Order: sequence, then structure tokens, then C-alpha cells
Amino acid sequence: MVTLNQLIIVCLAYVALLFVVAFLAERAALRGRGGWLLRSPLVYTLSLSIYCTAWTFYGAVGYAARSGLEYVTIYLGPSLVMIGWWWVLRRLVRIGRTQRVTSVADLISARFGKSNLLAVLVTAMAVVGVTPYIALQLQSVTLSVSIFAAPEAASGQLGQINETSALWVAAGLALFTLVFGTRNLNVNERHHGVVIAVALEAVVKLFALLAVGAFVVWGVAGGVAETVARIDASPIAAWQTSGSRWTALIVVSAAAFVCLPRMFQVMVVENDDARHLQIASWAFPLYLLAISLFVVPIAVVGLELMPAGANPDLYVLTIPLSQGQNGLAMLAFLGGFSSATSMVIVATLALSTMVSNHIVMPLWLKLGAAGAQQSGDVRNVVIRARRLSVIVIISLGYLYYRASGGSGALAAIGLISFGGVAQFLPALLGGIFWRGATRMGAVAGLLTGFSLWMYTMLLPSFGVGVALPATVFENGLLGWGILRPEAMFGITGLDPTVHAVWWSLSLNALMFFVVSIFSFPTPLERLQGAQFVNVFDGTSASARGWTVSEGGADDLMIMSQRILGASEAHAFFAGQAVQQGRVGHPPVPTPEFVQALERELAAAVGAATANAMIGQIIGGQAITVQDLMAVADESAQILEYSSKLEAKSRQLTETARELGRANEKLTQLSLQKDSFLSQISHELRTPMTSIRSFSEILRDMEGLSGQEKTRYASIIHSETIRLTRLLDDLLDLSVLENGQVSLNTMRTNLHDVIEQAVTTAQASSSRDIVLRRRPDSEDMAVFTDGDRLAQVFINLVTNAIKYCDASRPVLDIAVRREDGEVIIAFTDNGSGIPADAQNLVFEKFARLGQGEGDGAGLGLAICREIMTRLGGDIRYVALEKGGRFEVWLSALAPVKPAQRLLPT
Amino acid sequence: MPDTRLFLERRSYRRRRMMDAVRMLPLLCALLWLVVPMMWPNASTDAAPQTALSAALWYLFVIWVLAIAGSFALWRRIRRFDEETAAPLSADDTRALAQTSSGQPRD
Repeated sequence: MVTLNQLIIVCLAYVALLFVVAFLAERAALRGRGGWLLRSPLVYTLSLSIYCTAWTFYGAVGYAARSGLEYVTIYLGPSLVMIGWWWVLRRLVRIGRTQRVTSVADLISARFGKSNLLAVLVTAMAVVGVTPYIALQLQSVTLSVSIFAAPEAASGQLGQINETSALWVAAGLALFTLVFGTRNLNVNERHHGVVIAVALEAVVKLFALLAVGAFVVWGVAGGVAETVARIDASPIAAWQTSGSRWTALIVVSAAAFVCLPRMFQVMVVENDDARHLQIASWAFPLYLLAISLFVVPIAVVGLELMPAGANPDLYVLTIPLSQGQNGLAMLAFLGGFSSATSMVIVATLALSTMVSNHIVMPLWLKLGAAGAQQSGDVRNVVIRARRLSVIVIISLGYLYYRASGGSGALAAIGLISFGGVAQFLPALLGGIFWRGATRMGAVAGLLTGFSLWMYTMLLPSFGVGVALPATVFENGLLGWGILRPEAMFGITGLDPTVHAVWWSLSLNALMFFVVSIFSFPTPLERLQGAQFVNVFDGTSASARGWTVSEGGADDLMIMSQRILGASEAHAFFAGQAVQQGRVGHPPVPTPEFVQALERELAAAVGAATANAMIGQIIGGQAITVQDLMAVADESAQILEYSSKLEAKSRQLTETARELGRANEKLTQLSLQKDSFLSQISHELRTPMTSIRSFSEILRDMEGLSGQEKTRYASIIHSETIRLTRLLDDLLDLSVLENGQVSLNTMRTNLHDVIEQAVTTAQASSSRDIVLRRRPDSEDMAVFTDGDRLAQVFINLVTNAIKYCDASRPVLDIAVRREDGEVIIAFTDNGSGIPADAQNLVFEKFARLGQGEGDGAGLGLAICREIMTRLGGDIRYVALEKGGRFEVWLSALAPVKPAQRLLPT
Repeated sequence: MPDTRLFLERRSYRRRRMMDAVRMLPLLCALLWLVVPMMWPNASTDAAPQTALSAALWYLFVIWVLAIAGSFALWRRIRRFDEETAAPLSADDTRALAQTSSGQPRD
């Protein structure tokens, strides 16, 4: 059996080890060494394990022995939060780093316009919520000591020993926190000594619990299969948890994991590198898994081995002791001791930061009428305030422990504490995700949630008739039945924890939302809100709040020295001066400089206090609506710029598309030219061949009859005519294109021109076509070159005769007047020109199809040139079926502009 | 300024899908841990065969192990992406980096 004295010696040695480790870590950090360990993801993950307190170490087993697997919810919630680091924690850590946040109260206060009211509120709530938790740790340590003391002490002495040990533990914890937590004002609020000691304790408690677990599974039960068999045979063999309780516990533990001041301290404030968070996202759930792995086996074996009256909360200790494993029991005790002490140290540190920054410092600033300028060394005041807070908080925990008489199962107290801090969640999440959240909303939500928590969870936990009289439980507050603390709004039958968590959190969130949407934030709130919510947007749109008129750099320097310390303040001012390009001179208090200084001070005393202190010197913050507008303008400018860019790029795309179209047309034209050249060579070659062969016959063949000679000569003649016509066409076009044409314009009757054209066209073609004309409408005078116009008409009529694909071709020629213009429309009953060729028919060398007909593809090109010269136009109009050519003529106006004489 | 690039080169694309997985993993875990146990028959329901505690234990812990393994694998992959991107920066890489590091991925 381990004696009490042995226990005390081991304990003291362990504490001494912690002090040494913390001291070495502090010294290494001061000298800038050991960063590989102090700032490693491993230490970060291990320091997160202060989540696992004595409640975890002892209480989880007791919890499992009472209600089966329910205990695991306490670990599943945080595991979910860590695995989902991307959603909330990533954002919190980034905000914590950019805003130099010192605590959860600081974060909420800074988000809602650096409101001191909110900071005080959150601090007070945190103190009320966490004090029972600290008491719980003291209780667990004294309980475990009493296990060792029990055999040798008479029952009267036992109570004495409990009180003494609680007092000594409290004193020792206070000392450790004072030495390593408040030795100096760290600019970043990082405490390497504390963190490394906590990490060491994390290893010890995990190792201890695993050792006890392994002993129970393999030493007592005899293997995994046997252990499972024992679980199935135990009183907790069946799943007992109701769905609502299961969900409520996971939610509340997840919320508490984010909101607990000590978790916020190690997770956000002490975070050195945002990447560590991602490593912790799998490493910390692994830790939780390991620490909860053996809980059920220990509980089951304890239920089996221990006498009926034994406290299941202490199975971790009593099982090894009952099996004579004194060393293991000692290790288990150290594990529980580590869980308790690390939690108390960090929780006290976090709370004391909050109390001194948000309650003591503002009070001190208010009371010292002269304010920040004349008063003494602020540094000392802050440190003294922190030390005082540490002592007060640990004393509160001790007093609570004494007052509650160490009653109640560990798990119940822990859950109550979780429910209290979970009330920060709506304001916290709303603050970092929703720009519309306002200070009024946060205050309303927090007050609602907190009072409901007090009324439905904390006060009833003391028992009926202790904090709340029995009549309140029976009939509700002030006799209102709907306000019964365990059946709010008349809804009975809910599990008390589910009831309290549900009503406090849901009404908290509802009030937060409703008041937020109906209240209007101050400019500073809106600026801070935008910075918090858009923390990942990369814009450092800083809150330029300060209009610097009075209060030069000197006053700011004096104040900074008092808070940051002389050397740090000098270094900061020198750095800022260099940034301003003023080497060797003090920096000018520009708004940017004051902003940076405020951040620096906020890291030491919190956002609200820093804001108030600078406000005293500079003379009030002046964020005006204009400032907000300026920020808005900036984004508007960016928007405008981007829309301009967009328009430009659209233009470019359009141009590129047009270029593409032009290029396509050019390619097509070039192809046409090639095909025309081969066509023209062919056209020239055919008559040339026959001319050559027939002239050879005439020259070489003897005895040709006169008739034959005449026939051959006429073939040669007609071929020559064909050649000439082709060359004429080419010449004609080239002349027309170069504008070297002479026009013989005169008054002409349109009917005569059409008549002439139709006659000529019909005479020269073999195919028959039915012509429909209206001689009355044709009879009008136009001022034009009749011969040229006739050439155009001939071409159109010839084309119709040649290419109309109807079985009985019909050509309709209609003349109409429109606004001083004469339009002659040639419509045939053929299928018209295919759509893809319509914009090419007037181009030179364009021929529909390959090798059809005997034209060279010049006719319509010539027509268009002629019409252009005549001051008119020729168009192809696609109809539903087929199409028509329209010749446009200016009715009476002479066509002088287009008229040119041959060059001299 | 709105990111008008719709499509990314392969590696940035892959990294973004990895981040999608990081975001989805906790939701999947929540589903398996929160919703499934709510459907188990317990002492308060009348359903005759209650869920055995040992079965529930296996279920919860196996999911736990899988979740940790998933989170670990994702961390490894993303770290590898980041290291590859950080090593020799070509013009393309720089652009991809600028895109991935400028706040939340937009697609």
C-alpha cells in the first residue's frame, strides 16, 4: 500500500519537474532557442488536451459506469470541431492573429465595436461558468488523495486531510500560474513555459490512462474478447441514451470546445502557425480516441470487482490498488493530478487575462481621473491586476468547492459548466460569419442565454430548496406555471440537460438574431464586422479610425512605454519611423501609425482597453459615415474598374471575331480566284485548241470541199468570237473597277430598256421562259445610261433562263417606285441561291456549283460595278421559296458623282 | 475583383477538390455520429431488441478511426500539393498559387 507520505513526495517531485521544464522552456524562448519544440505542431496538439481534465480522467469512467456510452459524446463533439477545422477554427485562428486577440471576451468585444460592455459581460459569464469547473478539479484531486489516505486515517481525520490537500493544491496551482503565467506582459500573450508544462502533463495523463486500461483489459479481464464478453454481461450492456440527449451532449461539448476560455487560449492565442491547426485536425481526435478507448472496459471491470458502494468516479485508482498494483496506482494518481492542474493553470490564466483586461484596467482608467497620460507604470498595474485575478479566481474555485461540499458526480458539474460557456457560441459564430450581427444583438442573446442557463441548469443543480425554493420548482417563478425551471413553457418530460441546453441556446440565438436585424450598428462596429467576416479576402482595408490632431508622438510614446516596456516601445516606434522614411526621428502620428500602435497595445491589454487608452490621448475616435463611405467607394472603384475591363475584353472578343470573319472571306475569295484561274485557263484553252486543230486541218489537208472549208472556218470564227467575248468581259470588269468608264447618261424610257434586254437575252438562248411583265408600270423616264442598264438586265434575264431549275421556268419582272427610287425586281420560280452562297454571288469569279453553265462567273460582278457607277444598287433578296434580284435606280437625279471620263 | 477564370489547370483543380473533401468530412462524420445513433432502439423505447453497448462501441470507434485516417490522408495530400507548388515556381504555378491563396476557392 502506498502511504500518504510517499504520495506527497512523488507529487512534490512531479511538481518540481513541471517547474523546471516550464522554467527551461521560458529561458529557451527568451534566448530564441528551442523553437523546433516550443513551436511544434506536436506541442500545439498536446496543449489542446487541456480539454481532457480530471473530469475526463476520473469522471468519464464514472459516467460510463452510470450511463453507458454517453460519456463518449464529450469527445465526439470536439473531434467533429477539429475534423471540421476548415469551417470555424481556421477562421478563428486567422482573426486571432490579425486582430491580436487575447481572449474569447476580447474577440467578441472587438468584433462588436470594441465594446467594453460586452467584454465585461463575457468575462463575468466565463468566471461564473468556469468556477465550478475549477472547484471540480480541486475536488477530484482531494478525492484521489483521500483514497490513499483512507486506510491509515481515522474517519474524523479524513475530512481534515481533504480540506488541507485542497488548500495546498489550490495554493500550489496559484503559485505556478503566477510564476509562469504573469511573469511579464508578453506582447503576443504567449506563455511558452505554461504550454510546455501542459504538453508534458498531456503525455503523462494519456500514458497513465492507457496503462490502467491495458492493465484492466489484459491483466484483469484477460484479453479483448473476454473484455467484450464482460461488457455484454455487465449492467450497462444495453444502449441507454435517448436520441435527444445524445445530440444535445455532442452539440454542447462541440460548442464548449470552441468557447471555453482555456481552449480559446491554447487554440487561438497560443497558436504560432496556422498550419498546426491542420495537423491537430487529425492528431487531436487521435488523442481523444486514445484517452476514451479504455473507459468502458475500466468501468465494466470496476462494476464487477468493486463493492457496490464504491465511487465509480475513482475506479481508475481503486482497481489497481485492489489488485495490489501500487506503482500503477501512483501513475494513475499522477495522471489525474496532471489533468486537474493543467486545466486549472490554463483556465486561470485565460480568466485572469480577461478579468484584468476587461474589468480591472477599464476601472483603473476611469478612476484615475488623469487617465493614461499622467498615471504611473501601466505595466505594473496590468501585471498586478493579473496576479490579483489569478488569486481571486483560484480562491473562488476553492470556496465553491468548500461551499458545495464536494457533492455531485463529476460529470454533472462538468456539463453545467459546458452549458454556461456554450452560450458564447451564437455571438461568436454570428460575429465571424455574419456582418449583420450587432452589439445590441450580442448583448441581448448573451443575457438571455446566460439567465436561462442559470435558471434551468446551474441553480437547480444545487438541489430542490437550496438555491431555488421548492415552490419555484412546483409552480414556476412568481407562480407562473410556464416558468418552471425544469419544464419551461409547460413542456415536461424532457431530460433536464436537454431541456436546459435547448432552451438557453435556442432562445439565445433567436434573441441575437432578432435584435441584430432590428438594431443599427455604429460605424466602428460595421468596420470591425467587415474585417472579421472578410478576414480571408486578403484586403487589409484597415479601420482608419483616428483623426490625429492633438497629442503628438511624445504622449503616445510615454503611454506605450508604460504598457509595452521601454525597449519594446522604442523598437516599435523606431520600426514605424523607418516605415515612414524618417530615420532617426520619432514617427509622425499618422492614422496608420496610431492604428498599428492600437493593435500592439491590444495584444497586451485587449482591444477595448487599448482603444479607450488611445482615445484618451488622441481625443476621441472619429470614424464617420464618410469613412465608411470611403471604404465602400474603394470597393465601388474596384467594381467599376473590373466592369471596364470586362467591357474592353468584350470589345476585343468582338474585334477578333470580326477579323476571323474577314479572314474566312478572304480565304474563300482566294480559293475562288484559284478556281477561276483554272477555269479561265480552261475556257481559253478549249477554243484555242479547236482553233488550232481546225486551222491545221485547213492548212495541211488537201482536197477539202468548199463546204467543209466554210464550216471549219466558221468554227474558227465562232471560237474566236467566244474568246473575244471572254476577254471583253474581263476588260469590261477591270475598266469598271478602276472607274475608267465613260457613261452616256440621258433621259431614257425604262420600258424600252427592258424590252431591248429581254429581246436580246431571249434571242441568244435556246431555252424557253415565260415572261410576266406589266408594261404600264414600266413606262417611266429615268436619267441613266440605257446601254449599260440594258447590259445589267440582259445578264439577269440570261441568268434566269440559264439557271432557273423549275420545269416550266417563269420570270416575273416588276417595277415599282419608292421614295424617289425605282426598283426593278426580277423574280423567277426556281429554288433560288443557297444561303451560303448569297453573300458571294456578286463577287468576281463566283460560280454556283462546279462547271455548270459556260459563264466565267463575271456577269453579276459586272452588274454590280455598273450599278455602282450608275449611282444605284443591285441586291439579292432571299424569299421564303427562292429569291429575287432587285435593281435600284435613282429615279431622276443625274449620276454625276460616279461619272468619270477616260483618262487623257 | 471577381475571378473570371472558370477552369483551372489539373493540379489546382485537384487541390480544390481536396479542399472540398476537407469541408465534407466533418459533415459526413456528423451524419454517422449524430444521426445514426438516434435511430438505435434504447431503454426508453419499447422495441424489444436493444442495441448492444459493445456493438455501439465498435461502431463509434471504427468511424472515429476512419475519420482520423481520412483527415490524416487529406492533410498529407494537401501538404504535398503545397510543397510542390512552393518549390520551383513557373509562371503557371504562380498564377495557381495566387488563386488558391487569395481567400476561399471560388468554385
